[in-house]
Amino acid sequence: MAEVTLTIDGRQVTVPAGTTVLDAARSAGIFIPTLCHDPELTPWGGCRLCVVEIEGMRNLPASCVTTATNGMVVHTASPAVVEARKTIIELLLANHPEDCLTCGRNGDCRLQDYAYLYGVREAGFVGERHHYPLEEDNPFIIRDLNKCILCGKCVRACAEIQGKNVVDFAYRGFNTKITPAMDTSLSGSDCVFCGNCVAVCPVGALQEKGLRAAARTWEVKKVRTTCPYCGTGCTFDLNVKDGRVVGVTSCDGEVNGRALCVKGRFGYGFIHHPDRLTKPLIKRSGVFEEASWEEAINLVAEKLGSIKKEYGSAALGVLSSARCTNEENYLMSKFTRVVLGTNNIDHCARL
Amino acid sequence: MTNPIGDIGGADFILAIGTNTTESHPVIGLQVKKAVRNGATLVVVDPRRTEVAGLAHHHLQLKSGTDIALLNGLANVIISEGLVNKEFVDTRTEGFEALKEAVAKYTPEYVAEITGISPGVIREVARGYATAKNATILYTMGLTQHICGTDNVLAVANLAMLCGHIGKPNSGVNPLRGQNNVQGACDMGALPNVLTGYQSVTLEDVRSRFAAAWGVSELPAKPGLTVGEMIEAAARGEIKGMYIMGENPVLSDPDADHVIHALEKLDFLVVQDIFMTETARLADVVLPAASFAEKDGTFTNTERRVQRVRKAIEPLGEAKPDWQIICLVATAMGYPMQYGSPAEIMEEIARLTPSYGGISYQRLESRSLVWPCPAPDHPGTPILHVGKFARGLGKFHPVEYVPPAELPDEEYPLILNTGRRHFHYHTGTMTLRTGALEEYYGREHLEINPADARSLGIADGDRVRVVSRRGQVEVTARVVDTVPPGVVFTSFHFPEVAINKLTNTARDPVARIPELKVCAVRVEKIA
Amino acid sequence: MANVTLTIDGQKVTVPAGTTVLDAARSAGIFIPTLCHDPAIPGFGACRLCIVEIPGMRNLPASCVTTVAEGMVVHTASEAVIEARRTIIDLLLANHPQDCLTCEKNGDCRLQDYAFMYGVRQTSFHGERKNHPLDDSNPYIIRDQNKCILCGKCVRTCQAVPGRSVIDFGYRGFNTRVVTAMDVPLGESDCVYCARCVAVCPVGALTYKPMAGKGRTWEMQKKSVTCTFCESGCTFELNIRDGKVIGITAKEPGPGRPLCLKGRLGLELLYVEKPMTPMLKKDGQFVPVSWAEALGLEGLVDRMKEVEGQP
Ligand code: SF4
Ligand code: SF4
Ligand code: SF4
Ligand code: SF4
Ligand code: SF4
Ligand code: SF4
Ligand code: FES
Ligand code: FES
Repeated sequence: MAEVTLTIDGRQVTVPAGTTVLDAARSAGIFIPTLCHDPELTPWGGCRLCVVEIEGMRNLPASCVTTATNGMVVHTASPAVVEARKTIIELLLANHPEDCLTCGRNGDCRLQDYAYLYGVREAGFVGERHHYPLEEDNPFIIRDLNKCILCGKCVRACAEIQGKNVVDFAYRGFNTKITPAMDTSLSGSDCVFCGNCVAVCPVGALQEKGLRAAARTWEVKKVRTTCPYCGTGCTFDLNVKDGRVVGVTSCDGEVNGRALCVKGRFGYGFIHHPDRLTKPLIKRSGVFEEASWEEAINLVAEKLGSIKKEYGSAALGVLSSARCTNEENYLMSKFTRVVLGTNNIDHCARL
Repeated sequence: MTNPIGDIGGADFILAIGTNTTESHPVIGLQVKKAVRNGATLVVVDPRRTEVAGLAHHHLQLKSGTDIALLNGLANVIISEGLVNKEFVDTRTEGFEALKEAVAKYTPEYVAEITGISPGVIREVARGYATAKNATILYTMGLTQHICGTDNVLAVANLAMLCGHIGKPNSGVNPLRGQNNVQGACDMGALPNVLTGYQSVTLEDVRSRFAAAWGVSELPAKPGLTVGEMIEAAARGEIKGMYIMGENPVLSDPDADHVIHALEKLDFLVVQDIFMTETARLADVVLPAASFAEKDGTFTNTERRVQRVRKAIEPLGEAKPDWQIICLVATAMGYPMQYGSPAEIMEEIARLTPSYGGISYQRLESRSLVWPCPAPDHPGTPILHVGKFARGLGKFHPVEYVPPAELPDEEYPLILNTGRRHFHYHTGTMTLRTGALEEYYGREHLEINPADARSLGIADGDRVRVVSRRGQVEVTARVVDTVPPGVVFTSFHFPEVAINKLTNTARDPVARIPELKVCAVRVEKIA
Repeated sequence: MANVTLTIDGQKVTVPAGTTVLDAARSAGIFIPTLCHDPAIPGFGACRLCIVEIPGMRNLPASCVTTVAEGMVVHTASEAVIEARRTIIDLLLANHPQDCLTCEKNGDCRLQDYAFMYGVRQTSFHGERKNHPLDDSNPYIIRDQNKCILCGKCVRTCQAVPGRSVIDFGYRGFNTRVVTAMDVPLGESDCVYCARCVAVCPVGALTYKPMAGKGRTWEMQKKSVTCTFCESGCTFELNIRDGKVIGITAKEPGPGRPLCLKGRLGLELLYVEKPMTPMLKKDGQFVPVSWAEALGLEGLVDRMKEVEGQP
């Protein structure tokens, strides 16, 4: 493919023809802030935060929708650009609630990041505020449209990642908002609560209900792992706070990208459920009693051993598990064959 | 799967058989939707009008259990209309003549009688599949479940080989596996007839290699019993002790009352799980296991991708990871088993398993690997059968349609179909305890067609009793036209609707898969 | 010393007589929020956030100033306690600026922590907001009195150094503030910029000027270092962002660990990637000075490098 060479902030950058100025800058490690842009979604060019100055062009073009051309000279942080970005942020803050104090996205919010970065301490404009009620009538997702900056990422994620088109822009002007058809709540719509819109929302307008109430963004440790539900094998990050799993967030999974389904993203609650077994149990005259590991293991060994001795290995059988790890299934197979001396091992894969 | 999940989005033609992809494998479903958005033709074969069927260009609402007839019918059209990929068949396969002969009688007209699909549609689908640049076949439980291949899988493979839609990107024969690590459990030899990597227990040299590695003089040579056979043997008193790890056969296996009876008959049952499941209740000893968040390990997904599971928190209470518990039991029984970590176990697996030979935790740290991955510098094999089949030439296996073991009759006039729900998983052990999923989707119901509902005097929301020859359950009816007349549907996620009390234990003779998808029932309104 | 045993949240706890209920609870790993309590200078009892319920006592006593008694029963998180804490936070927020968006303390602020913990999303009182100008009259400390919750920790820690007492409470009622003598800006006061006050301030009322705008608390890794400038052995923290040390902050002062400006500047020079320009006050004006002069000893820098090894 043909290549073009342009100058960004005084540096020569060569990229394939058709690359946007934004991607060209990023490929050279030059930072440009974005709100509505997402590498996986159709470019939209709505927020204008990614504006740059390009010599010979009037106005400041949005770099995420401007194609790099040969010989182009781009300034990503000229005074005019910084001024424009400040104004955009001020305008966004003008009708944004001052809610970082307890906002679930505090510490992981692009609007906040950029306000800090550009030193916009207060909205220069005192705009009208929205007073939308908080939508929290489903157990998965909280929607706070007062915080929505109308970047449209959720709309595109729902259409392009999830293939659902549940949410879209509605109304006009100041009243523009993102909503399912007929302006219902998500639970009144076709929403399947995959949360893929939540994963792309740059601010606190869409939040994971459980996670954001349980921990502040800087308190969690993220541990990358594989989903325990279906055979798709999506990758995600378990969010851990004080030794408890408090939620799941998307990462860039090899199978799934950022996409997850409702089970993977919101089905982690079983881990700390009070019904979890935490002690070995031995049934004595029909009732389970707590026992020590030593006692329980010795009983199992003795019983299996005596059945083997009395009736032979063929009188023993093992069900291994399609839920357990490879290593565990391997050990179970080894145990069955070597210790019990039988090939009577299977799992419920057939079912 | 012969091809990666990511390939599906790039296919031109998707034949999805018995897979309610968007609900059972939601993220694979995204790939199907992506392909459709990009202009692919989607054909869904399912008695029910599922979400994915709603997206299909052709929804083949066939009679339950007649898939093989349909597949043979498609092969018939492809052969008789000269749409065979001759080059592929000539150079890569053998046994074409036998197949041709076997499918000769499955004319679209004959197949239409069995399946209820019109001959015209059968022809159109066959042509579409054969002439597509890249066509992929997806299937799940609706068709078959067994890794080592059954007649059903072969019928699908026949079709793919006829058209050369295998061994190249965006095509292939792709079973979508239900549970996170079914693939891995099979790979690891949690099967009665094979050791790791499908190495047969009947082969002397395989046994001696494993025996040497495991430090014993010999290993049992006779293939063992499958789940269903073990349950039967337990019921007959031949199996006296069982060790069940992380499975809940009381809810997941057919004819639940019979399973309970069999397990109760055991002299000794030990169950190792994270919850007190319906199966654990029957045990003599219950061992508390750690959940996936509390241990290290690997899962192998449906596309053969080996991925890391990482420990995020300490095991709850005194629970222990399953691998440690197995080591304790083995050691207590006089066979010292000790590993410092799952990484060490994987080293041993890699030594004994050619397809996992190049897999190590060190490599998995940065990215996953798709087996076969025979050597430490091998990149893995996302697409199988490129250029050559594992056995050399791909063999056509003619298969015959056999009607379901239990067909509706006067006493049990409806077919019960079972499956999964988007918000839940398997026997509900986990998804009914999340504080979220069950809150949103907390009660199960029975889907019934308006015509059947009318004739039975059932209204939406009525409590009904579903009765088969083996058992009965009570459930709330939901009258919907997504199920065809004559069929009722529900899931097996909810213990209070233990639908497998009703299902049939009749098994496929090769794969020993119970016929969970088809059993005859009657539905009556509870006054 | 005699021990007493009391019951806190159903748990038996045995501590030496004279221990406060707060310390007894903490020794048993039971959490009680505090704002005005300073373990180095206990016994102030002003913010009331640490209240607990002790059956038999009227009202809810502040645990940081209540001494344990034999057989005492304490509930640290009863409904009444939680409700009272919510009200206290709510009142504090009533005249607190909603400024977390860009506040330097965001992410490491007790007021914010407790507001989140007790679910006080927005104040239900509409208090008058203060409108004091930002005091950045000196190169080291920024004072934003609008964010001050009047916990008094800064006042007490400053007074704990004999003869210092640079700041104190002034005015009354709604106008109560922490002020310097004659209410001049900090830059014009007798302040020596030891930053003891910054180290103890629970909110964003006192912050480090050299760190302003350099990063948010959650982007920072902290590493403790001990100053070797004098034998007091004060402890400081390196603030590391993206692998680079971007600033030095003091850890709380303790017995024998007074903290001083020289020590902090010394560490700044030693560790910070781009150290600030040291400034000293001459004839009432802050002027840039050489490092040697700032640290008060010619040759000191070399000596420190010798001792510490190159960073
Ligand atoms: S969305 Fe961002 S800016 Fe808005 S309140 Fe939340 S954290 Fe603050
Ligand atoms: S949760 Fe999923 S389906 Fe629902 S609106 Fe968001 S992206 Fe769309
Ligand atoms: S909800 Fe979030 S993603 Fe959607 S438009 Fe608003 S800010 Fe953007
Ligand atoms: S997130 Fe959903 S689709 Fe992905 S592996 Fe888990 S259950 Fe399957
Ligand atoms: S400045 Fe800080 S330490 Fe001093 S009284 Fe105010 S809040 Fe407390
Ligand atoms: S002092 Fe705390 S509560 Fe106040 S603005 Fe700063 S971070 Fe927010
Ligand atoms: S990121 Fe370019 S316009 Fe929004
Ligand atoms: S901490 Fe006890 S009253 Fe402030």
